[in-house]
Amino acid sequence: MIGNVIKYERDNIDTDVIIPGTYLKIHDYNELATHAMEGLDPEFPSKVKDGDFIVAGKNFGCGSSREHAPIALSTCGIKAVIATSFARIFYRNSVDGAFLLPIEVDDETYQKISNSDQLEINIEKNEIKNITKNEIYAMKPFSEIIAKIIAAGGLFKYKK
Amino acid sequence: MNITEKILARASGKNTVSPDDIVFAKVDKVMVHDVSGPGVLKVFDKLQKQGIDTSKLHDPTKVWIAEDHFVPSAEKISAENIVKLSNFSKKYDIKKHFKYGMGQYGICHTLSHEEALVNPGDVYVGGDSHTNTTGALGAFACGLGHTDVAYVLLNGEIWFKVPETYYFKLNGKLPPHVMAKDFILNIIGDIGNDGGAYNTMQFGGTGIDEMSVESRLTLTNMTTEAGAKNGIIESDKKTVEYLNQRGATNVSEFHGDADANYSKILEYEASELEPTVAKPFSPDNITVARELSSTELDKSYIGSCTGAKYEDLLAAAKILKGRQVKIRTEVLPAAISIYKRAVKDGLIEIFLDAGATVGPPTCGACCGAHMGVLAKDEICVSTTNRNFPGRMGHVESQTYLASPQVAAASAVTGKLTDPRDLN
Repeated sequence: MIGNVIKYERDNIDTDVIIPGTYLKIHDYNELATHAMEGLDPEFPSKVKDGDFIVAGKNFGCGSSREHAPIALSTCGIKAVIATSFARIFYRNSVDGAFLLPIEVDDETYQKISNSDQLEINIEKNEIKNITKNEIYAMKPFSEIIAKIIAAGGLFKYKK
Repeated sequence: MNITEKILARASGKNTVSPDDIVFAKVDKVMVHDVSGPGVLKVFDKLQKQGIDTSKLHDPTKVWIAEDHFVPSAEKISAENIVKLSNFSKKYDIKKHFKYGMGQYGICHTLSHEEALVNPGDVYVGGDSHTNTTGALGAFACGLGHTDVAYVLLNGEIWFKVPETYYFKLNGKLPPHVMAKDFILNIIGDIGNDGGAYNTMQFGGTGIDEMSVESRLTLTNMTTEAGAKNGIIESDKKTVEYLNQRGATNVSEFHGDADANYSKILEYEASELEPTVAKPFSPDNITVARELSSTELDKSYIGSCTGAKYEDLLAAAKILKGRQVKIRTEVLPAAISIYKRAVKDGLIEIFLDAGATVGPPTCGACCGAHMGVLAKDEICVSTTNRNFPGRMGHVESQTYLASPQVAAASAVTGKLTDPRDLN
């Protein structure tokens, strides 16, 4: 999986900025996408390209249980969020709904990745290749059940 | 095993579980509301296209529906979501649907205890992050997204990683003018807004024994703000009595083992706690209320699952009685049952005499939805649970999280006020 980075040098990117509460009544995925990241970066929907990755600091997706958050990002074309840690509901919504990959990296890796870098994510090898900088980083391996749900394509396709 | 482990072991048919085990737990109660319900229906649509049968729920008697976020319908889309919910409960024969304008209704988490919908020892999941609230009744209560709730509705179970448990022990009784809200804000300030991430936050000690069930619910409610999977308090006689008074039958206590393990134990002395405020833009950004006494406000909001239970209203009313508000003040009881008690006991009259507006139960401005959202640069003191940028309205508005007493005292002075300093 190859994509370009949109980096936010920020911890605690919460669901209220990923998709503000006023839009929770909306369940049309395309309409939600037009408001993605509105609380932090109103330009996001116009600059994001299909296949891009978001890179951010710790506790990404904290706050509400709104599945609108991974839905809005994935409908915009985001295939993975790379962060130093994730809030639990955002993490499980991303995986169980098969919206995007939540990938954990250490702080050093987070610092090394720059905005617009081109990355290749290889979840079989637990490796991220920075094509722009010609560097290779380790990602935190998924736990067994998360890896299986991802491989199945979401919770409903996973057979326990 | 501690209580969370014991509930998850029971629900997954295992003799014992340990932190990090993956279990599929049978779910006893499921909740959706006017945001997560239509979200679940959207998941059902996708599943039908994939050939998955969504014509029957696993057990509709375990499901209940709340209308809370955008009610009374704020505009057309919200109105349509309410119609979708009505069709949903009709199609799947869900009897417990609390509709606004038809008797008891209110914020989903408030109904969970006001209507005694959850018992000690239950596994309860809801399509809302503050589902953690109900853990104060001694249940495993956990918030999930639409896909997971859809899975529970169709299969009656869901996977969990057994969490580690942090035990917060409160020694002694809270001093006058210090509320459960002050305690939980202090905890979040200490451990940070990811300090409980993926874990259980359990509360106990003599201070918790002393506390009312409603105060305990304030603690578990905001475990979400520390990222916890669940908040929990072991049930006692008060819990059973509380549920029985609200029509529950066959309630029995459910306890962890005496030799239970906790990965961390943190102790607090109640006598050392003070009225506390979380400054913008994070619930862990705390300071004592007195330090902010020069902060001018535009609004005081007394509402939400966190801060508009009966006792919250009573605490605010004691301060507002015979006084006038200096800034816009809104009071929104969290459920009709609470509203009725507040009318009967004269609290609503106190609020109205003080100049406050009293609104219907709704999540309303707590999540920036409607009914008093904030404009650019407006500053609000609020009994709610989050103050991220834009949470209650404009992204450049500001929210200070506080107890109902601080919110009421601040309404009187127009500045952030420690209730002990009110003349």
